[in-house]
Amino acid sequence: METQQQLDDFQARIDAGEKIEPKDWMPERYREQIIRMGSQHAHSEIVGMLPEGNWISRAPSLKRKLVLLAKVQDEAGHGLYLYSAIETLGVRRSELIDQYLYGSAKYSSIFNYPTLSYADVCVIGWLVDGAAIVNQTKLAHSSYGPYARANLRICKEESFHKKQGYEMVAKLAEGTPAQRKMVQSAVDRFWWPTLMMFGPNDSNSPNSAELLKWQVKLNTNDELRQHFVDRVVMEAEAVGLTLPDPDLKFNEETGHWEFGEIPWDEFWDVVKGNGVMNRERIKSRRKAHEDGAWVREAAQAYARKKNLSREKAS
Amino acid sequence: MNTTKELSVKESKIAYLLRLADDRLILGQRMSEWCGHGPVLEEDLALANMALDLIGHASSLYAYAAEVEDEGRDEDHFAYFRDDYEFTNLQLCELPKGDFAFTIARQFLFSSFSYFQYQQLKEAKDEQFAGMIDKHFKEVKYHLRHSRDWVLKLGDGTDESKKRMQDAFDELWMYSGELFYIDGVDEMMLAEGNGADLLSFKDEWKKLVEDTLKEATLNVPDWDQFMMTGSRTGMHTEHLGHMLAQMQFLRRSHPDADWK
Repeated sequence: METQQQLDDFQARIDAGEKIEPKDWMPERYREQIIRMGSQHAHSEIVGMLPEGNWISRAPSLKRKLVLLAKVQDEAGHGLYLYSAIETLGVRRSELIDQYLYGSAKYSSIFNYPTLSYADVCVIGWLVDGAAIVNQTKLAHSSYGPYARANLRICKEESFHKKQGYEMVAKLAEGTPAQRKMVQSAVDRFWWPTLMMFGPNDSNSPNSAELLKWQVKLNTNDELRQHFVDRVVMEAEAVGLTLPDPDLKFNEETGHWEFGEIPWDEFWDVVKGNGVMNRERIKSRRKAHEDGAWVREAAQAYARKKNLSREKAS
Repeated sequence: MNTTKELSVKESKIAYLLRLADDRLILGQRMSEWCGHGPVLEEDLALANMALDLIGHASSLYAYAAEVEDEGRDEDHFAYFRDDYEFTNLQLCELPKGDFAFTIARQFLFSSFSYFQYQQLKEAKDEQFAGMIDKHFKEVKYHLRHSRDWVLKLGDGTDESKKRMQDAFDELWMYSGELFYIDGVDEMMLAEGNGADLLSFKDEWKKLVEDTLKEATLNVPDWDQFMMTGSRTGMHTEHLGHMLAQMQFLRRSHPDADWK
């Protein structure tokens, strides 16, 4: 049973800006929230390999193929950092994976959208990674030490991805008419889903208050979304791309860009599993996991045999 | 398919570079199909790493071939604007990725061969070429170590992994003979001091393969069985065309667009 004193002491540490480390006392609910949020983040990195991975075989130059492959590989690395950070709380990676492949654990809905052209991959780099950086930069200051440090590492690589994505978007935007059409179409399809990545409006975000109190996250969904929009509007203008929102306008008083109503019905549909690619993504990840079972078993069997013969030798 | 035309030194050099590059691009492209679909996260990273190395090596070899050719083309020309019969990669490299055992068996056969081949090529007279090979050699050693480790683990793992590993080697064996295919291109390059003497390490390579299979408790298939040939002069399985169709379609659909 958690005493009020323990809870107060814990809150005092958080308020003093101390990092919580794996061996430290923490409320059970805090532990649960870190596991939920961190593993959801890890699953997102792994499922996120699929939409971009879809274009590795078709990338239009050897350089672009290498850049894309390296990027998707980085996402696998991020998944690994995050799973390791969450495993410090005494859950195994295999349990966490089972929770999203066969249970109710979520991953970011943005990855349930299809990549229909190569430009989609570039726009994902620019917008989706751009949005992820806004989130992760803040999470790098999260109160749970291992999670904060994993995010810090991730941010460095994501910034590079975003830069590469934006460069390619700029190139396509000043390219042939076909390239311009391709990249505008990608922006049209990914704009609203990207804004949804920050989660529901604050008034509609059940976990937010608790996560903010414990400084697991440091800003509300709407604050982060606004921060992102303010930056991206300028970037879009600079390369002559149109963001598909007729209500977008600069408010002189607040100094922020106002944007139209996010299509929340679509957001909840995709969350519930009805996006274009939801079923495919899970099917594809399950297949990799199940097809790999014999490999993981063989590696374990081999390790056991080697340990046994080492023991015999000594 | 044998051409009777005598190739000049320059033509031989380009052909030689393209053979090396084609092997690596096609194998790398196959390997990249694992990205996001590996049997375990760590291995997803390792397979993508090997694919990156292979495609990276291919890219520098193509770029060098374009430089030797001196007709204003670049590495992408060779990768994106040639058809099946113009590719000179080994059939071994183009076969579909199969299961993880198949991918590992193929990588082991190829990397062990590359290991000996690159050991000689990094001493080539052409310093630019030798320098490039020397740089890639470090990665080849890693590919060999990694694929060899997995041959041992899977061969001596469970009954299922052993069967899969054995099946993979049995199926791939007839594509291994071509590793040692030699024609005028090789002879010319060897005479110029820029080629590998394949026969000089054939026995050593066979021994490495046999020792590894035995350590992995696998049977060594018959070296004297029928062996495929023809890749180096443009003969391929039908798999290659489908791979190229996918790989090249976007680039070829917009030949005037800049994608770098």
